[in-house]
Amino acid sequence: MGQTMTEQLVSEHADGDVSSGETTTVDVDKALLQDGTGPLTVRQLRELDLERCAIPEGTVVFLDHQAPPMNEAMANEHALLRDFATTVDCQLSEIGDGVCHQIMTYDYTAPGDILVGADSHTVTGGALGALATGMGSTDVGIALALGETWLRVPDADYFRVTGEFSEGVYAKDLILRIIGDRGADGETYRAMEFGGPIVEGMRIDERMTIANMVVEAGAKCGIFPSDERTREFLEKRGRGGDWRPLAPDEGADYDNRFEYDVSNLEPQVAYPHQVDNVVPVSDDRVRGVEIHQAFLGSCTNARYEDLCIAADLIEANGYDLHPRVRLIVNPVSREVYQEAMYDGLIDVFNKAGAAINTAGCGICYGGHQGSLADGENAIGANNRNFKGRFGNPDANVYLGSPATVAASAITGEITDPREVISA
Amino acid sequence: MSQSTDEITRTVREGKDFERNLEALSGQAWCVGDGVSTDLIAPGRYFDLRSNLDTLAEHTLEDATLETTDARFMEVMTPGDFVVGGRNFGQGSSREHAPAIMERVGVSAVIAESTARIFYRNAVNVGLPIITCDTSQIEEGNELHVDLLDGVLVNRTTGDELVIDPLPSVMMQILRDSGLKAHVQTHGALELD
Repeated sequence: MGQTMTEQLVSEHADGDVSSGETTTVDVDKALLQDGTGPLTVRQLRELDLERCAIPEGTVVFLDHQAPPMNEAMANEHALLRDFATTVDCQLSEIGDGVCHQIMTYDYTAPGDILVGADSHTVTGGALGALATGMGSTDVGIALALGETWLRVPDADYFRVTGEFSEGVYAKDLILRIIGDRGADGETYRAMEFGGPIVEGMRIDERMTIANMVVEAGAKCGIFPSDERTREFLEKRGRGGDWRPLAPDEGADYDNRFEYDVSNLEPQVAYPHQVDNVVPVSDDRVRGVEIHQAFLGSCTNARYEDLCIAADLIEANGYDLHPRVRLIVNPVSREVYQEAMYDGLIDVFNKAGAAINTAGCGICYGGHQGSLADGENAIGANNRNFKGRFGNPDANVYLGSPATVAASAITGEITDPREVISA
Repeated sequence: MSQSTDEITRTVREGKDFERNLEALSGQAWCVGDGVSTDLIAPGRYFDLRSNLDTLAEHTLEDATLETTDARFMEVMTPGDFVVGGRNFGQGSSREHAPAIMERVGVSAVIAESTARIFYRNAVNVGLPIITCDTSQIEEGNELHVDLLDGVLVNRTTGDELVIDPLPSVMMQILRDSGLKAHVQTHGALELD
């Protein structure tokens, strides 16, 4: 019987072939820490007298959640992480460099890797055909120190995507729809694997948007095939040598197969306070909701292509945002920030009156750079809308694509981007 | 009755000294409903307090809604009490601080219908017992008694006896050693069959 991509990757890293349901120890290729979870990792390793790194080339410490740090407590956490990176001789990504999942995927993760990260959105790495999963600080600490971890081989579901996206509809809308259908725990402990004609044609940034959010359905990982698109991407990044193919075996044993035809898919919005509260933007629960803040940032949707979509809409509408709306932009990385500057996107946001922040996580997790006031509503291009995200449990967060975020910033209420495109 | 800030600080101190007997956990149920995210347990706005778990612990479950009171969890809990959830407990971020502060304030165990994956693993790693079973019959204020080794939960208020889904053996080994760090300290490596 053939193997799923997940089974192939786990088997390659374990002692021989394994099947879903088995628990096994695996070698780990890459690991990531960030400034919210990494300090606990360092403290645990120090208490264990295990401050070392078995995979220094593939281990990266990111200062991205509090960049630059808001106070001395965070500055001291950053100092602790810099000291750790020096001590164990692993990689360090400084404040302003950008969000861990962006840099990890663009510069480090390779098809076929097992990547563990002390951040739930580590699953983003599945876009390149890696088995990438989030764990806690202690698990990742022990994994990077020993070069191994244990895991249960997840059952896998296959999502075949066909049809053609209509104008104004994007990968974000597809993954929101899937999460809405499967539910916030519909894929718990499972792997979500993607394929089909639409997936074959997808750019890596779009695959990242989808892989990024599989955890919002509870999944352990989301895996895309490693194909010609992946090869082209890696070659462009100067990492052509990292490419290898990955595809499900003939007759791979999937638990469920789901078919998505995106041709009739509308823009989708998740309403508070659960990511699986997903409805089309035309639904009364979201359409016309008054917006106070719009957030264009995060590991989900703040790449160059996302910023282009939003900037195009804003420019075409005369740089005119609704006077009530504060638009906050966090480019996902320094590299993206730079490209956006050269190509005039930052100009567009600035002319429109946006607050443009350092490349980093921004307000997504609720710690800095744009908390909401009591009773306010925000729409974000990010991945979570739980109560308390955006810094205030008495406020509301809606999620949509960069186009829906920009359209809503223009009109001041949650708006179908296609109405703004055609206006 | 709500506790003052000083009393919350005292609760955290007592919670740290609380020792779990896996064969006899006893306490009151606090019910928090479905889909409790790690944001509700350890809010992102206290990000900078993560460097001091004792301080962060004062905000444990601060944004969660209790079934019968508007009070915050830390204003009403006593070390030894249980947190009882519905579906998908601990969804969201990987922050180990969420189970760590519940462990620190002396929550006996989390009991839920189902749990999110990362949270489940983190809870065991920090030595916080996590139990999945049908929680629909447990009400806030019920007195619960759990024998984790025998896999039995007794609701002493209603007299109901519930069978608990057994923990995977890998996780029971870690829990017996009081968490992953202690496990590695004891064995020098991962010793899991």
